This record gives sequence, C-alpha cells and structure tokens, in this order.
Amino acid sequence: MTTESAVPAFRRGAKFRFDAVRDAWVLLAPEKLFMPDEIAVEILKLIDGTRSIDAIVDDLAARFEAPRDMIATDVVAALEDLATRGTLTLAEPS
Amino acid sequence: MTQPAPPMGLIAELTHRCPLQCAYCSNPLQMDAPKTELSTDDWRHVLDQAAAIGILQVHFSGGEPMARRDLPELVAHASRAGLYTNIITSGVLLTDEAMAALLAGGIDHIQLSFQDATHDGGDRFGGYRGGHEKKLAAARRIREAGLPLTANFVIHKQNIERVEAMIALGETLEAERMEIAHTQYYGWALLNRNALLPSREQLDYVNAVVEAARARLKGRIAIDYVVPDYYASRPKACMGGWGNRFINISPSGKTLPCHAAETLPGFTFPSVRETSLRDIWQASDAFTRFRGTDWMPEPCRACDRREIDWGGCRCQALAMTGDVGRTDPACHRAPDHDLMAQAVVEADAETVLDLVPRRLHQAAHD
Repeated sequence: MTTESAVPAFRRGAKFRFDAVRDAWVLLAPEKLFMPDEIAVEILKLIDGTRSIDAIVDDLAARFEAPRDMIATDVVAALEDLATRGTLTLAEPS
Repeated sequence: MTQPAPPMGLIAELTHRCPLQCAYCSNPLQMDAPKTELSTDDWRHVLDQAAAIGILQVHFSGGEPMARRDLPELVAHASRAGLYTNIITSGVLLTDEAMAALLAGGIDHIQLSFQDATHDGGDRFGGYRGGHEKKLAAARRIREAGLPLTANFVIHKQNIERVEAMIALGETLEAERMEIAHTQYYGWALLNRNALLPSREQLDYVNAVVEAARARLKGRIAIDYVVPDYYASRPKACMGGWGNRFINISPSGKTLPCHAAETLPGFTFPSVRETSLRDIWQASDAFTRFRGTDWMPEPCRACDRREIDWGGCRCQALAMTGDVGRTDPACHRAPDHDLMAQAVVEADAETVLDLVPRRLHQAAHD
C-alpha cells in the first residue's frame, strides 16, 4: 500500500521530456512509451526523487480547484500505475 | 487524405550478420548480404530524418547490431538528435570496451536475449558454444554500468519446461524488465514451426508460471508476456497497426511496416537511399496500403475492435491463408480461424525435433 510519505522517482532508463514535433510531453522508458494526459503531466513534472507524494499533492492542491483528498487519490493511482509498468519507484522514507 | 500522426519508433536493423544461429530467428530467409548494408553516413542521415518527423525511440537491432563496429557512433548520433536509444542484442560481443563506448555514446537501454536458462540449452539453441556464459557476463556489465536491463527469454516446445528457471535467472541478473516471449512464427521460425510450437498443456503451464511470477514481482520487475497467436482468440495489433507507429529499416535500407513484411508479394518497399523518411511515412504505397481501416474485409470492417487490433497481422494472414488482405486467422471471428488449430495438431504430432539453423549464406531449402 502506497502512503503519501512515499517519494516517487523515475527508474533508470525512464525519460520524461517535451516533444516539439507533437507539442506534447512524453514519457520514454525501456521499450515503452507513454503519452501522459494533462493531469499526469502536471504530476510527472513534480517528480524529482526527493519530493514526497504529500508535497506533490500540496503543490497541485494550491494550483487547481479540487478537494485535496480527490487530488491525493488521483495522484496515488497514477503513480502506482506507472510504478507497476516499471517507469517509477515509490520508496517509503526509511 | 489527412496526414498520418507521426511515427513513434524506428527499428534499425543494422545488419543481418549474427554469431548465433537461432532456428526461430525472425529475420527473413533471404537475408541482406553484408556488402549491401547502409554506410555509417547513410544511417546518420536516417537518424536525423527520424528525429525530424517525430520518432521518439530508436531500436538498434539486426542480426546482431553489435557486429557493426560503428554502433557506438550511431548511438551517439541518435542520442544527440534527441532519440531514446535501445539496443536489442544477443550480448556475445558486449565486451568491456564495447560497453564503455556505448556508455560514452549515451545508450539508454539494452535488451539482452537468452535462448534458455542453462548453459547447455542456451548454447544449443543459439548454435554458439560458450554463448550463454558470455550473455551472463554481458548482463553483469550492463548492471555494473548502471543501465536498465531487459532480459528476453524466447520460449518454445523444446525449452518451455525451464520457464521458472528463466524467470529466476532474470531475477538473479537484476533485470528491470523481463520478456517471456513465445516464438513468433515468421521467417526461420515458420520454417521450423512443427519443432517449436508448444502444446496446449505446455502453454497452460507457462501461463500459470508467469501469472504467479507477475504477482510475486509486482512493482519490482515488470514481465511482458503474450500468448502465442496459435492459441489466441484475438489477434495482436501487429506493430500497433500497419504504418501506425513504427518504421523498420532493413540492413540494405528498405523501409518496412514490420520486419517480416518482405514476405508480402506485390510490394515495392522504398529505400532510404532514394526517398525521404517523411515521404515514405506519409505517401508510399507500402506504408499506406493497410493503414487505418479502409482496406479491411469483413468481419473486420464492422468489428468493434477494428481500431484496437487493426485486423491483426498481414504477414500471418498471407502465411496461413495465402491472401494478404484477409482477416488474421488468429481472430476467433476470422473465417480461417481453424487453420491455427490445425497447425497445433500438426506440431503436436511431430516427433522429430530437428531444427534448421539460421544461416546467412545458405538458402533455407537446401
């Protein structure tokens, strides 16, 4: 079970970058490629390997008109999905 | 006609040369001779064009891509052009020096193939003595270099009972991803199908092993696994749809919608020596003929899954039915679906398990 204190980080081989041809952000990974939607892009931009899910949710809650709980649920679901697909790790602080 | 969306991936088959002789190789029976291979400059030009038309990832493949001495230079060039670089290799040529050169070039990922979990099986199916040991060393080098590793295990009738040991090996090697890849029956594998196609019981066994391993390794190691077409009820979206995501370039520069497309009659596959990648992608007959849904016969045309599986695989339709434009017989709705079950019965009855090894200079029919 992922808690909000977990710190997401891109795994080796994962690259999140802007593609000028498509005018869109893309997540490139070993033999995988993701076209994240607008919400996922905002989440992924905040991943730096030190910021916790909690801090990411705070940041998004300050910028978007939505209840913090709802944002937290969406963020955890999106990150768990990408972790299962092998692009992220979700490390609990030791 | 509106312009197609940009392609996502480039499969650069640098050479058909390979130290291994796997009898299930997906290369065509008629391979490109070394003297016809594109030059380093040709490939540089291709990589620049690929980046400009929106390709995001380049997969250096073969044959054995490391048999080309200019691979590190091509990786560096692709990397500078902003492409995500991947090498699909047997690993037997991945020395310390080669690894250092690839790292300096900015390689992003390496997929390493294994023919079995054991030295004996690996060397036998690869047709290369000492090959398995070299692969283990290659895996260690990749990990020590700090690169992500995908371990690819090709399975078939003659090694499938060791699938648990393969997954255990992948864990030991600290792979980030594993592919448990059923042999795809094109090229050499189609020629050797009766000696390779697993039985229903074998398939049920491997399905259960993979399911358990996935649950156990969740969040740690992702396992890619696809049931072989011969036992499927739905076709795979071959290459994510014809001319929809990928461009494959053969060693001599022919552009193909998939690596097996050269088996299709009545096509001229344009060469990167003569035509720009942009024109090939947007306007060539080779890339537009089966793009989208307009070409589809029934039952595809009215099917609610027509933009999910795109009618399946054209090469398989041809190989099985003799007609490139028919619905892939892997689909349970296809009029020719019974041909897949017939092939399984044929392979089950086969007691001789001799394999025709892949060779560059020998016609398959000798």
